[in-house]
Amino acid sequence: MAFVTEQTRAALAGSAPILAGLRRRWLRLAAGLPVVPLAILIPFVLIAVFANVVAPYDPTEPIPGAKLFEPPFWADGANPAALLGTDFQGRDILSRLIYGARVSLIVGVMGTIVAGGVGTTLGIMAGYLGGWVDQVIMRITDAWLALPALVFAIFLATMVGPSMWNIIIILGAVYWTRYARVIRGEVLSLREREYVKLAEIAGASSARVILRHVLPNVLNSAMVLASLTIGVVIIAEASLSFLGVGVPPPEPAWGSMLADGRSMLMVGDWWLTVLPGLCIMMVVLATQLMGDWLRVRLDPQLRNL
Amino acid sequence: MTQFIIRRTFYALISLFILSVTIFAIVRLTGDPVTMLAEPGARAEDLDRLRAEWGLDRSWPVQYLTFAKNVFTGDLGKSFNYQMPVSTLYFQRLPASLQLALAATFISFIIGIPAGLISAVKVNSAWDNAGKVVALFGLAVPGFWLGLVMILIFSVWLGWLPTSGQGGILHLIMPSVALGWYFAASLLRLTRSSMLEVMRSEYIKLARLKGLPGYVVIAVHAFKNALIPVLTLAGINLVVMINAGVIIEVIFAWPGIGRLLYEGIFQRDFPLVQGVVIQAGIMIVLINLTIDILYAYIDPRIRLAK
Repeated sequence: MAFVTEQTRAALAGSAPILAGLRRRWLRLAAGLPVVPLAILIPFVLIAVFANVVAPYDPTEPIPGAKLFEPPFWADGANPAALLGTDFQGRDILSRLIYGARVSLIVGVMGTIVAGGVGTTLGIMAGYLGGWVDQVIMRITDAWLALPALVFAIFLATMVGPSMWNIIIILGAVYWTRYARVIRGEVLSLREREYVKLAEIAGASSARVILRHVLPNVLNSAMVLASLTIGVVIIAEASLSFLGVGVPPPEPAWGSMLADGRSMLMVGDWWLTVLPGLCIMMVVLATQLMGDWLRVRLDPQLRNL
Repeated sequence: MTQFIIRRTFYALISLFILSVTIFAIVRLTGDPVTMLAEPGARAEDLDRLRAEWGLDRSWPVQYLTFAKNVFTGDLGKSFNYQMPVSTLYFQRLPASLQLALAATFISFIIGIPAGLISAVKVNSAWDNAGKVVALFGLAVPGFWLGLVMILIFSVWLGWLPTSGQGGILHLIMPSVALGWYFAASLLRLTRSSMLEVMRSEYIKLARLKGLPGYVVIAVHAFKNALIPVLTLAGINLVVMINAGVIIEVIFAWPGIGRLLYEGIFQRDFPLVQGVVIQAGIMIVLINLTIDILYAYIDPRIRLAK
C-alpha cells in the first residue's frame, strides 16, 4: 500500500462520485429506453441483416428431397430438416420467414425515408416560401390525400410492375402527404420566430435559413412521423404482396406467404398463414411502441397526433 | 355561407383536376397505354387501331381533354373482361360494398366509441390502459390477417360461421369485424382525445358547478359535443371502407368494389382498375366537400374564417 500516495487516494475518492454519476446516467437512460419494442425489434433487425447466415436454406429454392407442405416440428410426420415445414413448392418456411424480415424491414425503412424526404422537403418549401409555391404544393397534397392510400398504391403498382424498389418508391409516393401537411404547419410558425427573422435580416439566403434554422427544428417532428410511418408502410407492402402486386415471387415476402398459405387454411394447416401474420404484427407493434416513446420524448406537442 | 360554398367547391374542383392529371400522367409515363388497353398478345395492327380508337395517336393536351370530358360525363371506359362500362360495374357492386362498410362502421362504433368514452372519463386508469392496448393492436394487427385467423377459428375449427360469400347476417360478421377493426381503433383514439378536450372546457366546469350529477354532465354536455369530430371521421371512414376494402373482400369472396378492383388487377383489365380508382377519388372528394359544408353550416367560425 506504500505506493498508493495520498494524491492517488484523493483522486480515487474524487472520481467515485463521477463514476457513480455516470452509472446513474446510464441507468436512467436504460430505464427510459423502451424495453419491450427494442426486445422485439433488435432480434428482427439482426435476423434481417444476417439472413444469409441464419437461414438454413435458400428461400427461393425447394429443399432437395423434401416433400410439399411438410408439417412443422410439433406435428406428426415432421421432417427434421425443415423446422417449420415446407410450402407449396417444397421451400423451407423458416428460411422464407427469415428472408421475409429482410424484405419487410428494407421496404419499411426505405419507403419511410422516401416518403419522409419528399414530404419534409415539400412541406418546408410550402411553409417557408409561401405564396403560389405553397398553394400548388398544398393543392397537390389535398388531392393525393383524397385517394385511399392502399387503392392509390395498388393503382401505381399495377402501372409500374412489381419489384422491391418499385414498391419502395410507390409507397414513398403515397405516404409523403402526411409529412408535407405537418411540416408545413410547423414551418409556418417557425418562420415567425425571432432567430429566423434575424437570420433573414442579417442577409442569410433562403437556402441557408432553411438548412441552418428551419430544417433542424422540424427534424424532431419528421422523426416522430417516420417512426409511425414504418409500421403503416410495412402493412401496405404486405397488402400489396398479398394481392400479387407487391414484391414479386419467388422473393419471400410475408404478405405473399400469407396469400400462398390461404388455400391450406381450410384443411387446418394454420401455421402457413398465422406465422407470417404474427411476424408482421410483432414488427409493426414494436415500431408503433417505439414511435410512441419517441413522440413523448422528442415532442410533447405531438402526443395527440 | 354562399361564398364559403363557392370557395370550397372551387377547391374540390381543383382536387379533382389534380387527381385526373395525376392518373392521366402516371398511365402515360409508366409505359405505352395501348399495351394495357389491348388484351395480351394483340397484333401490331390491332394496337394501331386501338391507338386511333382511343385517340392515343394525338397530342397529350388533346388526349387529356378527351379523358377529362369522358370522366366528367361519367364515362370511365369499358372493362375488357366484362365487356361492360366500368361505371355500370362499379354501381352494380356498390350495394355489396356499402352493406359491408355499414356493418363495419357499426362494429367500429360499438367498439371504438364506448371504449374511447370510458378511457377519457377514467383517464390514466386501468380502463384507459386497456383502451390504449386496443388502439395499438388496431393499428398493428392487419385486418386481412385478423380475417384469416377468424376464418381458422370460427369456420375451420368451430364451424360456426360461413367462410365466404354474401348471404345472411352470419356471412357479415367476420368480414365486418376484419374491416372495422382498424377503424374502431382510430375512432377510439379520436373519441378519447375529443372527450378530453371537451371535458376541459368552461361549460363543463359550469355544469359541474351547477351541481349536475356526473353522468348527466358526461352524457348530455360533454359527449354530445365530443361526438361531432367522431361522426365526421366515421363519415369519411365509411367512404374509405367502401372503396378500400380490397383485401377483406378478396379473403371473404365478398362481391363488392374491392373484389372488382382485385379482378381488374388479376386479369390486367386496365380500364377497370383505372375506373375504380377514379371513382373512389371522386367519391371521397365529394364526401369531404359535403362534410365541410355541413360543418360550416353548423359552426359559423368555420365559414367566416379566411
